[in-house]
Amino acid sequence: MEAFLHQVLAGLATGGIYASLALALVMIYQATHLVNFAQGELAMFATYFAWSLINAGMPYWPAFLLTVVFAFLLGVLIERIIIRPVENAPVLAVVVVFIALLVILNSVTGWIFSYTIKTFPSPFPAEPIFGQYMSAHEAGAIGVTLVVLLLLYAFFRFTPLGLAMRAAAQNPDSARLVGIRVGWMLALGWGLAAAIGSVAGMMVAPIVFLDPNMMGGVLLYAFAAALVGGIDNPAGAVFGGFLVGVLENVLGAFVIGNELKLAVALVLIIGVLVVRPSGFFGKVFVARV
Amino acid sequence: MSRRQLILIALLLLAACALPFFVSNYRTFQFTLALVYSIALLGLNLLTGYNGQISLGHGAFYAIGAYCAAILMDQYGVPYWATLPVAAVVCLVAGFLFGLPALRLEGLYLALATFALGVSLPALLKYHHLEKWTGGVQGIVINKPEAPFGLPLNADQWLYFFTLAVAVLMFVLAWNMLRGRVGRAMVAIRDHHIAAEAMGVNTAMVKSLTFGVSAMYTGIAGALGAIAIQYVAPDSFNFFLSIMFLVGIVVGGLASISGAIYGALFIQFVPNIADEISKAAPWAIFGVFMIGFVYLMPMGVAGAVRVAMARLSRMTQNRQRSI
Repeated sequence: MEAFLHQVLAGLATGGIYASLALALVMIYQATHLVNFAQGELAMFATYFAWSLINAGMPYWPAFLLTVVFAFLLGVLIERIIIRPVENAPVLAVVVVFIALLVILNSVTGWIFSYTIKTFPSPFPAEPIFGQYMSAHEAGAIGVTLVVLLLLYAFFRFTPLGLAMRAAAQNPDSARLVGIRVGWMLALGWGLAAAIGSVAGMMVAPIVFLDPNMMGGVLLYAFAAALVGGIDNPAGAVFGGFLVGVLENVLGAFVIGNELKLAVALVLIIGVLVVRPSGFFGKVFVARV
Repeated sequence: MSRRQLILIALLLLAACALPFFVSNYRTFQFTLALVYSIALLGLNLLTGYNGQISLGHGAFYAIGAYCAAILMDQYGVPYWATLPVAAVVCLVAGFLFGLPALRLEGLYLALATFALGVSLPALLKYHHLEKWTGGVQGIVINKPEAPFGLPLNADQWLYFFTLAVAVLMFVLAWNMLRGRVGRAMVAIRDHHIAAEAMGVNTAMVKSLTFGVSAMYTGIAGALGAIAIQYVAPDSFNFFLSIMFLVGIVVGGLASISGAIYGALFIQFVPNIADEISKAAPWAIFGVFMIGFVYLMPMGVAGAVRVAMARLSRMTQNRQRSI
């Protein structure tokens, strides 16, 4: 029982990280109906940026904030320069561009920082809390996820900019008619998604260690999370993130073993897509022929 | 096919046959791999280029084919040439089965599902209950076949000719399929699947069969690749292999048979050159090329060649007329 509880709590902690990345995916999906395959590598790149800041002697939290800002700007730049020209291109072209981004970010990071695995510090104390069930980092990761969530909710619910962004995502034509600069809203959405992703990257790096390929698995779980929750529903993505995290940990520890953990994501993704493509909370999409 | 094209192809084949006698064994081996990749790219192109189904996980079928060959040779002592049909059938079935749920997925979602397949496959290959066959993380080492019938060829040259023969067969089969009813149905589904269905095309069947045939091509390439490299291990079939195939068809040219050859030469030889700059350089270059081709040359090298040829023949015609 104790071991089970431990796995569930650890699952919640990693689930929080998946939830953040899933949230980033959902943000871009909502705005553009595209799935960003490079989201994980963007987060990884930002985490390396944080690592070099911390290595240069900057304390953790200022480096954290600076990284979030950096990721935001990076996201905006990528949208403006690389994604914009293929906005209305066929799906294949868009997927190819995303995959190209993934590859470029991955190799450039390897080029700059080498492929050797690095440790990344955690801002939380090392000793466990809540008895032996949970490390402080795990608890902290959940806390950070929740804070990000609240901030995002407040931003979209209570600020004029958030309202404008929602309008641009929901109905670009009408939004443009009332004077919202839809193109810039998309770029802002990309920036926000990249910023959220960078938080996920910095939270996961102390667990999986820093290396250019660290986000491959995490991104897969985030896809699974976003799909389970419904890819156009932010709250669903967060729910999906926690669910996938717990499932992955519990199944990995007791049922199928650690090697097949990634298969959980594969089965979830294909299962959800085939049985219920809108996920638990997504809107059912009906196309007019 | 016009007579000029036939002559061109015959000349190319002649050059391909002469090649191993003029270059070193190592270069021969590299060209063998390029041929292997061209079969895999042709398979992916059937699916993505002609049928419009995106796959980011074709490395998985390549791996299945490679493991089929390696396990059969290693455990059961099957001769290398006999592993190809087995790999083909296994991959055909695997691809068809994966194609069935893929029927419900379009565009982006299919990309997602196949992405998941490509990313999670190396972990599945390491699964310890399968270790008896797959050799786990260590993988399987197999022997290189020698030339039969006392032919005066060394092992590398023989394997090159063997691969060339298989490749020619696969290309002819693909060409034949694409110009027929099935090929037109595939393209029709890509261009407008509702219209295709209204015209009486069995969309579901054609799509899953295309998936199966595409996986079969890639699986045969995988088996040939394993025999050429003499080694299979889970980490040589990671997600980047699937991306490499995508790079190949984008650079070579979507929906083009000759594109598979250009793409294969690209993914085989460009990393060799780029490796000298840095370990990361090949992939950075791949990424830049992908974006560059999408923006500037969406039809790939094959498209550019086609345009150049058309211009050339128009010029010669004009000149003849003016004389």
